[in-house]
Amino acid sequence: MGAGDRPLYPRMEKRVTFKGWLLPLCLIAPQVFISAVFFFYPAGQAVWQSLFIPDPFGLSSQFVGLENFEYLLGDPFYRASFITTAIFSTLVTLAAMIPALFLAVMADRLVKSAGVYRTLLIWPYAVAPAVAGVLWLFMFNTRVGVVAWYLGQLGYDWNHVLNEGEAMGLVVVASAWGRISYNFLFFFAALQAVPRSIIEAAAIDGARFWRRFFTIVLPLLSPTTFFLLVVNIVYAFFETFGVIHTITSGGPQQATTILVYKVFSDGFVGQDLGSSAAQSVILLVVVGLLTVLQFKYVEKRVHY
Amino acid sequence: MRSLALGATLVTTTTLTPLAALAETEIQFWHAFTGRLGELVAEQVETFNESQSDYKVNATHKGNYSETLNAGIAAFRAGEQPHILMVFEVGTATMMGAKGAIRPVYEVMAGDDFDPDAYIGAVKGYYTTTDGQMLSLPFNSSTPVLWVNRDALSGAGIDPDTDLSTWQNVDAVLDQLAEAGHSCPLTTAWQSWIHLENLSAYHDVPFATQDNGFAGLDTELAFNGPVQVQHIAQMGEWAEEGKFIYAGRRNEGSANFRAGECPLLTESSAGYAGIKSEAQFEFDVRPLPYWDGVEGAPQNTIIGGASLWAMEGHEPAEYEAAGAFLNFLSSSEIQAKWHQDTGYLPITSAAGDLTREQGFYEENPGTDVAVKQMTTNAPTANSKGLRLGSFDQIRGIIDEELEAVWSGDKDAQAALDSAVTRGNQLLRRFERASN
Repeated sequence: MGAGDRPLYPRMEKRVTFKGWLLPLCLIAPQVFISAVFFFYPAGQAVWQSLFIPDPFGLSSQFVGLENFEYLLGDPFYRASFITTAIFSTLVTLAAMIPALFLAVMADRLVKSAGVYRTLLIWPYAVAPAVAGVLWLFMFNTRVGVVAWYLGQLGYDWNHVLNEGEAMGLVVVASAWGRISYNFLFFFAALQAVPRSIIEAAAIDGARFWRRFFTIVLPLLSPTTFFLLVVNIVYAFFETFGVIHTITSGGPQQATTILVYKVFSDGFVGQDLGSSAAQSVILLVVVGLLTVLQFKYVEKRVHY
Repeated sequence: MRSLALGATLVTTTTLTPLAALAETEIQFWHAFTGRLGELVAEQVETFNESQSDYKVNATHKGNYSETLNAGIAAFRAGEQPHILMVFEVGTATMMGAKGAIRPVYEVMAGDDFDPDAYIGAVKGYYTTTDGQMLSLPFNSSTPVLWVNRDALSGAGIDPDTDLSTWQNVDAVLDQLAEAGHSCPLTTAWQSWIHLENLSAYHDVPFATQDNGFAGLDTELAFNGPVQVQHIAQMGEWAEEGKFIYAGRRNEGSANFRAGECPLLTESSAGYAGIKSEAQFEFDVRPLPYWDGVEGAPQNTIIGGASLWAMEGHEPAEYEAAGAFLNFLSSSEIQAKWHQDTGYLPITSAAGDLTREQGFYEENPGTDVAVKQMTTNAPTANSKGLRLGSFDQIRGIIDEELEAVWSGDKDAQAALDSAVTRGNQLLRRFERASN
């Protein structure tokens, strides 16, 4: 590579070139170590275990090759759970992001006591998912729930114990609620970073608030929105089993049995570790593919 | 600095404790009880520890039934298993399959104090081998009964002493309750346990082949027979007509009964303490109804609850301690007190007799209904209990399929056929894992 390959005007970035390989290796070592211990090792274990049918106590196990996968993918109820998961994840992501953005925009406009609103809006994030599940369950309890009672007064017979749509709605809201706070934080910070001068210029040109929002602010927020999209989908896929366990246990019938809940219940309730491992491998592949797709197609529309 | 000091204190105390207790053999007992039941267990353990100076039992609460079993399994895999582990009845096949992880209690308890014939057949049967050897010690056992709100029946113009021993009679009463404007005439807890597992035993029809799994791992589910289908179809009809209200997979329905909303409830006999303390009305305990006309009915109902398992991998002296503790738990005084405090069944006939002599049944009418229902007939191969692998998951499948019946999505035959097919797949996986 000759000197001529270099651009005439280098990009405005600070680039450090290390001499030798020892120092860079030391610098990335902690990250590599953490990834290896907390991701590659367990993921490798899951792949290994998915090839066996072990007994719960680890006294014996039988190598079955890909039979666990065959068993799962041949099960119509497991295949149906992909669709349930897709619906659930889409709804949770939307229900967690749209209100968060709305609240952030509103809080950003505040002049007085913005700090108070901000703090209050962040609170729900401190509530553990299973506890949030219990809270929502109490409000919508078919017998003693406050909300269920008011709905009854309005002539609507709330019964998420048997109504599949209502059960799905309830677990979506309970899962999304705490995440709104998390998303709010990021949107709020991103809004603060939008240059005032551009907004003011647009205002002088006569653009009203919502017009400014959709044509200027939203595109400028796209890196944050993209990041939150990825993070929220991962959340909906992996971290929502506590809520589902406390509210519906996957029911009625299989209306709220999402993939990760089945991993949890087959592994920890049913002690079927082979199937549970195979399911987590499938889940890993699905989320991996989804993230690759997002980076390939959605990220192209993001302006940094 | 403070946390360091705290850590140091912890280390010293944990290392010092075994020194202080060198003279006695200590054993660990993991259980799943909280609240009032937790206090009663702690009391039993304390009584045992004070009654002698050779052994000391340390009781630890490890979460609910599933969590306690998981904790025991995880501990075994790490070589840290307790000496005695409480396992709920659906985990029985899992524990039995774990040869090398458990030591049968008939070996641990063997000695002068141990008489296997002292235990009530229908209770211990769930936990014995086909040749009658006790593998675990029944600890808390209950059986389903019918709970009746007498005031609600009178209010609807029904004689509160009306005969509710058959489902035919219940059907007529449900009609009357519905006509009187009740929005929830009948509800239930634990639908699979009561309306399929116990229904099958009570009518002497198999729930699964191979003597309900007792005779072999190659068992297949059989609860899609005519008796079960007819019962579930009838309940589906009641659900459609608003006479049976489904409240949830666990014992949510019990709260509806206690609040006076549902006059009839099928629920465990161990619901006694809760109902007695909360119900603001006169209530009755009645035997579980049966279908008149089914040959062999009423046979006997089966138990639910938990038993105590001795785990493998400890010192001989520690098994001596475990044996002494388990024998102590079986003694008449302890059993009679446990039976009267909790509403759980006594595990020995002697404890039942003692309770009767003490006049408890006379003072608390209805508390002996469950005992009678269990013991009137000698258990048959269909009514001894169930021994099925992955049974917790199979119950989950049954719950799903029954929900499809209650909501009108499936008819009873289709739902039960589907539950049998899905459950059989799990049984085959369990069979392979255990070989």
